[in-house]
Order: sequence, then C-alpha cells, then structure tokens
Amino acid sequence: MKLDSKIPSGPLAEKWDRHRFELKLVNPANKRKHTIIVVGTGLAGASAAATLSELGYRVKCFSFHDSPRRAHSIAAQGGINAAKNYQNDGDSIWRLFYDTIKGGDFRAREANVYRLAQISANIIDQCVAQGVPFAREYGGTLTNRSFGGAQVSRTFYARGQTGQQLLLGAYSALSKEIAKGGVEMHTYTEMLDLVVIDGHARGIVTRNLKTGKIEAHAADAVVLATGGYANVFYLSTNAKASNVTATYRAYKRGALFANPCFTQIHPTCIPQSGDYQSKLTLMSESLRNDGRVWVPKKKGDTRAPGDIPESERDYYLERKYPSFGNLAPRDIASRSAKEVCDEGRGVGPGGRGVYLDFEDAIRRLGEDKIRERYGNLFEMYERITGENPYKVPMRIYPAPHYTMGGLWVDYNLMSTIPGLHVLGEANFSDHGANRLGASALMQGLADGYFIIPVTIGDYLANTRPAPVSVDHPEFRGAVEAAEAQVKKLLSIKGKRTVDSFHRELGSLMWDYCGMARNDAGLRKALAKIPEIRAEFWENVNVPGSDAELNQALEKAGRVADFLEFAELMCIDALHRTESCGGHFREESQTPDGEAKRDDENFCYVAAWEYQENGSPVLHKEPLVFENVALSQRSYK
Amino acid sequence: MRLTLHVWRQPGPDAEGKLVTYEADDVSPHMSFLEMLDVVNERLIEKGEDPIAFAHDCREGICGSCGVMINGEPHGPLKETATCQLHMRVFKDGDEIYIEPWRAKAFPVIKDLVVDRSAFDRIIQAGGYISVNTGNAPEANSILVPKEAADYAMDMAECIGCGACVAACPNASAALFTGAKISHLAALPQGQPERAQRVEAMVAAMDEEHFGHCTSIGECSAACPKGIPLEAIARMYREYLRAKLVGAGK
Repeated sequence: MKLDSKIPSGPLAEKWDRHRFELKLVNPANKRKHTIIVVGTGLAGASAAATLSELGYRVKCFSFHDSPRRAHSIAAQGGINAAKNYQNDGDSIWRLFYDTIKGGDFRAREANVYRLAQISANIIDQCVAQGVPFAREYGGTLTNRSFGGAQVSRTFYARGQTGQQLLLGAYSALSKEIAKGGVEMHTYTEMLDLVVIDGHARGIVTRNLKTGKIEAHAADAVVLATGGYANVFYLSTNAKASNVTATYRAYKRGALFANPCFTQIHPTCIPQSGDYQSKLTLMSESLRNDGRVWVPKKKGDTRAPGDIPESERDYYLERKYPSFGNLAPRDIASRSAKEVCDEGRGVGPGGRGVYLDFEDAIRRLGEDKIRERYGNLFEMYERITGENPYKVPMRIYPAPHYTMGGLWVDYNLMSTIPGLHVLGEANFSDHGANRLGASALMQGLADGYFIIPVTIGDYLANTRPAPVSVDHPEFRGAVEAAEAQVKKLLSIKGKRTVDSFHRELGSLMWDYCGMARNDAGLRKALAKIPEIRAEFWENVNVPGSDAELNQALEKAGRVADFLEFAELMCIDALHRTESCGGHFREESQTPDGEAKRDDENFCYVAAWEYQENGSPVLHKEPLVFENVALSQRSYK
Repeated sequence: MRLTLHVWRQPGPDAEGKLVTYEADDVSPHMSFLEMLDVVNERLIEKGEDPIAFAHDCREGICGSCGVMINGEPHGPLKETATCQLHMRVFKDGDEIYIEPWRAKAFPVIKDLVVDRSAFDRIIQAGGYISVNTGNAPEANSILVPKEAADYAMDMAECIGCGACVAACPNASAALFTGAKISHLAALPQGQPERAQRVEAMVAAMDEEHFGHCTSIGECSAACPKGIPLEAIARMYREYLRAKLVGAGK
C-alpha cells in the first residue's frame, strides 16, 4: 500500500488556497441528497456536524452521552492558540507553524501544520461571533496568556474553562441545526463497528445504550471524531467513558493506525491518592505562567515546603531550561519531574510529586489577581486534596492526557478507507510526537469548522456514492457480529470485574509504555498483554442483561478493545528505537538526558495495517521538510 | 470509615423503585463520592448482584453528567461542588447516607440514579444560540465587549447543565438553567439581533417540557455547583417583559 498524503504542490503558504480551488464542489441542490454520519460531538464532531448541516448536507450525528454537550472537550482548561498577534509580540502564522512543528519534535507534516496555523485566526472570529465569552481587556478587546513551548502570548481563554465555552459554542451551533432539521441527533448511541462496502465506508453499527438495541445506519460518508485513547492507561485525565473502540474498529476494517505510541503525559496533574483512584485530574498548564516548579535539593527531605529555605530548593525547570523555564513543553517538563522523583527528591505520598508554587506570584500580583486568573483551578485543587494552594504549594505529577497518534489521514482528513474521515484527537495529523498546550482545541475546531466541510465535498463529487441499504449483507454481518460480542460478554460470568482487568492493563502500560520505554520492558508488556486478554475472555464478570442501561457491559466492550489496542501501541513503541517528543526510548538519549531523535532512520509516520494473525504490517509515510531545518529541540 | 448507604434502585423507567441499604466499609476520606460508589459496585459485581447505575464522566465537575440527591441535597452538602468533586472527608464514620436520583416530571428515571435530561437540550434548541454560520464571522476584535459584560456573560455561561437546579426546586422549575443561557447571550453585543425571540422561544420550550414555574424560592442557586446567581432568573423575566413590550426582532 502506497500512502498518498495528497499534499498540494506549491509554496507552503499557498497550498491550502490552491487546494481549495482545485477541490471539486457539490452544488447546493445536490448537497441535500447526501447523508453524512458524524460520530462524536466534541469540538471536532459538533463543529463538523453543525457546519456540514449549514452547507445543506443531511447529517446523522451520534454520541454515547446523554447530551452532545458532555463530550470530553468540555474539560479542556487553559486555552486555544491563534496567530492573531494581538499582543504585538512578534507572533505570526509562520511562528505558530514553527512552534508547533518544533514542539512536535519534527514528526508532523509541514503542510498540515501550516494550514492549522492559518485557520487558527478564523476560529477565534467564529467563536466570538457565537458568543463565547473569552477574557477581555478593559478596552473591550480580547486578551491572551502564554502557554508552554512558546515565547509569545497567543492563547485565548475563558477563565480556566476554555474547552467548556468552546464546546458550548459548537453545541449551540449544533443545536441550531438540530432545531432546523439538518442534523438528526442520536444520543445514548455508541458506535460498535464501521461498515465498508466495495472498499468505501458506508455506515456504522451502533448500540442504543438505554434499550440495548443494535442498529445499522447507512450514509455516503462517515466522519469519526471520537477522541483519543489515553484511557488505555486506566488512570488518565480523560473522562471515564473516553475509549478507542470507534477508531480501533475502523482499524480492524482496514484504516491504518498512525503513530499509536505517541502519547502525551501531562506534567501538571494532581498525584494519585489511593488504589481506589478512578481518574487523574489535570491542573491547567496555564498555571505554569505564574507557578514555579521545584523539589528539595536534598533526597528524602520530609520537611514541610514552607520550612525549606530558598537555598535548599531546586527550581529544576528554570535551572535546566533558562530561556523557557517553567514553560518548557509538556514532554520535557514531565520527564524532568520523573527524573527528580526517580532521584528520590519527589514530595508527598510515595515521593511521586513535585511542588508548583505560587508564593512569588502572590507576593508580586496579590492574591486577588491570582484568584481572577486561576480561581476555579485553585478551588478544584482544594476540593480534591483538602489543601489550600494559596497557602501551601500544589503537589503535581505527570499523567496520561492526550494521544497524538490516531487513524492515519491524508491532507483531506480522509483515512485509508475511502469515505472514512477522521477529525480531532482521533486522527494523527498535526501534533507530531508531542502536542503543545492550547493546540488541541485549535486542531479540533480547525478540522470541524473549516477543513472537513470543504474536503468532504471533493470526495462526494468524485465518488458519487450509489444508494445503499442497511439490508446489505455487510451491514447484516456487522450487526450480527456486534450482537454476538454482547452475548459473549454477558455469558462468561467469570470472577473478575471489568475494572480489575482495565486496571491491570493500565498499570502494565504505565510501567512499560509510559513516560520512558525500553526494549526489554516493551517485550515484557507484549508478552503479558495477550495473557490478560485471554483471561478477560474467560474470567470477566459482566452482570445484567443486554436490553437495558448496562454500564458494566458498555465498559466491557471498550476494555476488550483496549486489550487488543495496547499491543499495537507497544509494537509501535518497540519499533521506533529513537526518542522523539513524548516517546522516550531510554536507549536513545543525548549526554544530558534529552530525547535523541534519529532522523536518518525514523523521519516518517508509522502507519500500521491490521492483520488477523496479530502481526500488523508497517507502512511508512516519509516526512519531508522543505521549509524548516530539522534540529535538536532546544529550550535551554 | 464505615458508612450505611440507602440507595434508590429502580430497574427501568416503568419499574417500581425502592431504597436498598448497603454497608460501605473501608471508605477512605480521600475518595471522591463516586469512587466510593465504584468500590460498592465492584463488590456488588463480585457478589453477582447488579451494580448501581449512576451517570458520570469527566469526574472534574465540568461535564455535568453526574448528580444525585445526597441526604436530600443535590450534589450533597458542599457549596458549589458537583457530586464527582465531593470527597468523603465531609462525612464521618458511622454516617447514614441517602442517595436518590433527581426527582422531576421533566427528568424521568432511566435506571437507578440515572435520569433523562434531554429536556435541557430541547430548551437550548429552541433558541439558546446565536445564528451565525461558519465562515460568516467578522474579525474578532471588531466586536468590542466591555470587560464587565464579558465577565458577566462568563458567570452565566458557566452552567454545566447538570439539572441540580431543577432537582432542588420544589416546583421542579428550569428557570435558573434557562435564565443563565438567556442572560449570557443578552449581555453580549453578538446576542442582540435575536434577543427578543430567543427569550420567548426558550421560555415557551421550558413550559412545554413540563418544568414548573419559578416562585423565587432560591433553592436552585443554592444547589448550583457553579454558583449561577438568582440574577439569571431576574434577568430572564426582564428580558421576557422587554420582548413583550418591544416585540420580536428588536
């Protein structure tokens, strides 16, 4: 299989314009005749469904939540980047492009990232017009804050709830289109499979979570915007229901999965407090604007933070990366935290934590200013830990947060299955091996509002899909397979709960495919995962029936897919013997412990093709850099 | 800690429900309320019993999925704290806790503690948006919004759609939820063109969904995990009156 990224020719800055001109259009009268399925209602899915409906397409939109507004984009805190240069601090489309490419450790496509930077400004315009209450200056203009990996201030925000406000904006646009009749919304409906007919994506199979009914839905094209897979680690900052099922099923149907080992471990999360822990909570990266990260210089120092004098503190990010300091990119900040904790200098229970201290900022700006900027985050921290961060420093530790890997897509956001398009975190496209803060919201909305509405028309105009019925044997077969899996899960009636398997898998992945990876560890994980999976299918206990709301059954299906997907992640991590971005192979580091890339051998996207025998086939898409010089990332 | 839980169990929308008592041992004060329920559920499954169904997702107090009555109070005893953010340190050893679903005609029970809140979506679909298609937006800074207006809009826009306001209200009114969205959009220049028709349509939708009327009791705001103020309801009334006086489209 030859991977054709369909990157337009011509100078970088003109590619998207030229491409839009070259794409075929569907005339307004014909748009009505096309049905498009959109799965997921986060930033990417909701914005795509709304915009496609505005254009005149018939949209069927699916969410496993009770309302489209619950999607996990809602939890994004800090902000959204855009190259507006409102601060006059030297920002530009080029700089946002460069920061993103460099932040991703040169493992993303130039053309995609440049387009993202171009569109970023339109996103802010659109969201403001929708009534998103971004933070403003006294003169009424928009204000900005700084984020990791950048030396300009280009992040737009709505207190610590930017994701919520952007999602509610997209949800309002979606609601408008539902009211108009352009979008048929299916809530409480989970996608279980993709249906491919004659090589084209023609529909999906779903389960109604309230009634248990398994149904088929046909369309002319399918759009997946189903998020990332960080819950493979069990403990992550993702919402509990976030899962890999939709993208993994598409992978099993022939879509290539790209760079699955590229996962982001976020440096600032509240540390785990016990075995019962169900998830980890992020503390926004924006806190690093004013908070200073430190640990005691001495190993095993058990004094209270206030009793440790300035001279005995190690502000290790400021020490190691003087030019970016506490705003070093996420992968670097996370690894540094692990390093000091591994040295025995971590704080809090188990020594798995570092301080994020606001004392200086409070002295400089006053408590009120800090409350205005981060009040809700401070309150959340106190609710969870019982400690007041205005008085004592926060304790933070890295946690799985985002996954850069995802289904492989071309410049049109189409996967290797014609007609199957993938948006947002579910695709692999723009963040390379490490995503910069405030860029996920940007990418989700760029994909949904501005890219897919244009590129999907080209597919439909060129393909002219013939009508297809859900009575087609492929649909029937997929429905029967989904029903059989549900029956199987309910029939095992073993001794262990679904969560116990998920925890076991998660802790294995965290140990061997987490913040640092090595050959022996990955091989160990690859030997162990099939054992856990085999036990799952013999010994899991899923109570209840298939004809009711059955949350254990929902979980069981998702964990079953994680148990297969985890293997793919480890295979990818094992094959990529270089370190890059969030993928740190212990065998490949610079003398001072930074990630050492191997551009000669690994400057490509690793796209994996499913094989029934369990050994996926690797396809490489070479990454060509015509506009930036590959360099060792330096934030020193 | 050792706690006694009295949990509402109802197998389905049309089935009879009842309170069932469970003993929860070894509860850590650092657990969240939902983690405590997770542990109870793990044990129920191990015993071959049906686990307690409850809605939840982000567990960071922002998605609005979770929410149960805890000893008669929506989201429990802590102010401005969603159920998932409530931690067991507010309880003490030996406590009895009554856990029930939101009770409102407009929120029918689906199973156990899970209720159907789709009525909220339909209220938003009636007009809780600004009609601007993608691509049709002016340069962001060409719309100046005074900081006070932006802050006020943000205060109102923080609603997470959990339904605690309805559950707290003796009339099961959705006035705080609806008023918050109306106030958010009415405060901004972008919201002006549809200001009058929006409030009329959303208030009508609220009635159609069989929510009760507001009689200014104030329980809604007290229970709101985001602290949406009663001002949202007062503003809704003013907007409604204004719409009736000046007419739609003004």
